[in-house]
Amino acid sequence: MRLAQYYRAFMGIVWREALRWVGQRGRFVSALVRPLVWLGIFAAGFRYVLGLSIIAPYDTYIPYEVYIAPGLVAMIQLFNGMQSSLSMVYDREMGSMKTLMISPFPRWFLLLSKLMAGVAVSIVQVYIFLAIALFWDVSPPLLGYVEMLPALILAGLMLGALGLVLSSFIKQLENFAGVMNFVIFPMFFASSALNPLWRVKESSLWLYRIYSVNPFTHAVELIRFSMYGQFNALSAAVVAGFLVLFMALAVYGYDPGRGLIAKRGGPPE
Amino acid sequence: MTDPNTPALAVRNVSHAFGERKALDDVSFTIGAGDFTVLLGLNGAGKTTLFALVTGLYHSRQGSISVYGSDLRREPLQALARIGAVFQQSTLDLDLTVEQNMFYHAALHGMARTVAAPRIAAELERIGLADRKRDRARELSGGQRRRIELARALIHEPSLLLLDEPTVGLDIESRQFLLDHVRKLCAERGMAVLWATHLIDEADHDSRVVVLHKGKVLADGPSSEVVRSSGQPHLRGAFDRLTQSAPGGKGKP
Repeated sequence: MRLAQYYRAFMGIVWREALRWVGQRGRFVSALVRPLVWLGIFAAGFRYVLGLSIIAPYDTYIPYEVYIAPGLVAMIQLFNGMQSSLSMVYDREMGSMKTLMISPFPRWFLLLSKLMAGVAVSIVQVYIFLAIALFWDVSPPLLGYVEMLPALILAGLMLGALGLVLSSFIKQLENFAGVMNFVIFPMFFASSALNPLWRVKESSLWLYRIYSVNPFTHAVELIRFSMYGQFNALSAAVVAGFLVLFMALAVYGYDPGRGLIAKRGGPPE
Repeated sequence: MTDPNTPALAVRNVSHAFGERKALDDVSFTIGAGDFTVLLGLNGAGKTTLFALVTGLYHSRQGSISVYGSDLRREPLQALARIGAVFQQSTLDLDLTVEQNMFYHAALHGMARTVAAPRIAAELERIGLADRKRDRARELSGGQRRRIELARALIHEPSLLLLDEPTVGLDIESRQFLLDHVRKLCAERGMAVLWATHLIDEADHDSRVVVLHKGKVLADGPSSEVVRSSGQPHLRGAFDRLTQSAPGGKGKP
C-alpha cells in the first residue's frame, strides 16, 4: 500500500463520518444544546453561590460561566467520543463495521482514522459552541482560539480513544446506558469542569485525589490553560499518556488474533 | 505475479472454538483460480465462522489460511486486497446512498475517486440498478441491497469472491439473477468463487462442492463425484446420507 492509498482511505473514513454527522441533525442539535443548557441555566443559578478566587490561568475575578466554559468544551468532546463509540457498536450490530474491518489496511490505521474523523467533527462543534458562548461573556483572548486547537486535538483524541476501547468491550447496544452511568457522569462530575480543585481539596482530600487522577480533569485543564495562551505541561503529559494507553487497548480490543472481538461468542448462525 | 497453480484459497487444518463450542474442526480444502465452489452446509455448520476467518475478522485458533499464497496471519493486507466479500448479514450503511456506500468501499481499498467512478458505474449498470444510485440504501428492497453488495464487492476487482448465504430471504427471481451473475463473473473474469449456502439446488452438476457439517468437512470434490461415491441418484440424497451418517447429527436442509 502506498502513501496515497493511505490518504484516500483516511479521507474516505472522514468523509463518511461527516456524511453521517450532517445526516443526523438531532445529534448535531443536542450536542450543541447540551453545553448551552449548562452555561445558560446551570451556571446562571450557581454564579452567586460559588465565589471564585483568582487562580491560574485567570488574572482576575471571573464569573462562573467563564470558569465552566472549558469544562463544557471538554464535555462536548467527551460526548462526541462516546457518540462515536456508540456508532461503532451500532455498526457492529448492523454489520456495516465489516466493511471497515475487511479493508486491506492495518487495523491500527483504520482505528486511528476513525478516531481522527471523530475529533475533527468534535472540534467544529466546539468552535460553534464558543461562538455562541460569547453572549455569556465567555471571551478568551482572540489568539486563545488558535492556541487551544492543539489542546482540543489532544484532548479529543484521548476521549475518542476511550470511546474506542469501550466500544470493543461493549457487547450490545443496550449496554450503552451503563456507559452513561459509569463513564460519562463520573468523569464529568469528578473533574475540575464544575469545581476548581482547590475547593474540592478543602472539603475532602479523598475526593481531591480522585479528581486529580481523572483524565478528564486534565483534558479540562489543558483546554482551560490553552484558551488563555498558557501551557499546562502536567495536564498535557497526563492526557498524552492516557491517549497512548487507550489507543493501545483499542488496538488490542480490535486485533483479529487476540482481541475481545475474537474471544467473544461466535456469530449467530 | 503469482504462480497460476497457487490456489486462490487454501484452508489448512483450521479449527476454531468459541469457549466450549467448537465451530470448526480440522477443516481443510482448496479452491483453484476460476473455480466456482459451493460450500454446502446446514445452519450452524460453521460457514459463517469460516467466512469470518477467511476475511480476517478474527484469526483461527489453529491451522492456516492463505489467499493466492499470502498467509492471512503473516500478510493480511496482501490477502485482503484480493478478496471481495458479501456477508450473510447486510453490511451496507443504510443512511448513505448507494453511490456513497460504493465510494466508501473504494476509498477503503485505497482507490482514487477517478478510478473508482467508472467501475462503480459499470458494476451498477451490470446489475441493472444504475438509476438507483442516489437513493438511500434504506429505500431498496432486500434483493436490490444484495445486488448492490455484490456490485460493491467487485469494485476493487478481487480475484477471490466470497459469498455467505447470499440468497437468503430473496425471491426466486432475485436468487436466480444473483446465481447467474456470479457464475458469469467466474467464467468471464476467471474469478475464484466460494458460495456458501444451505440450498442444495444452488450447486449444479459441474460445481465443486465442499460439504461442511458441524464444523467438519464431510466431502470435497466435483458435484458429480460426490454424488457417485455416495451411491445416491442426486446431490440431495448424497447430502442427506453424508450428514445422517456423520457422528451426532442428521437434518434436512
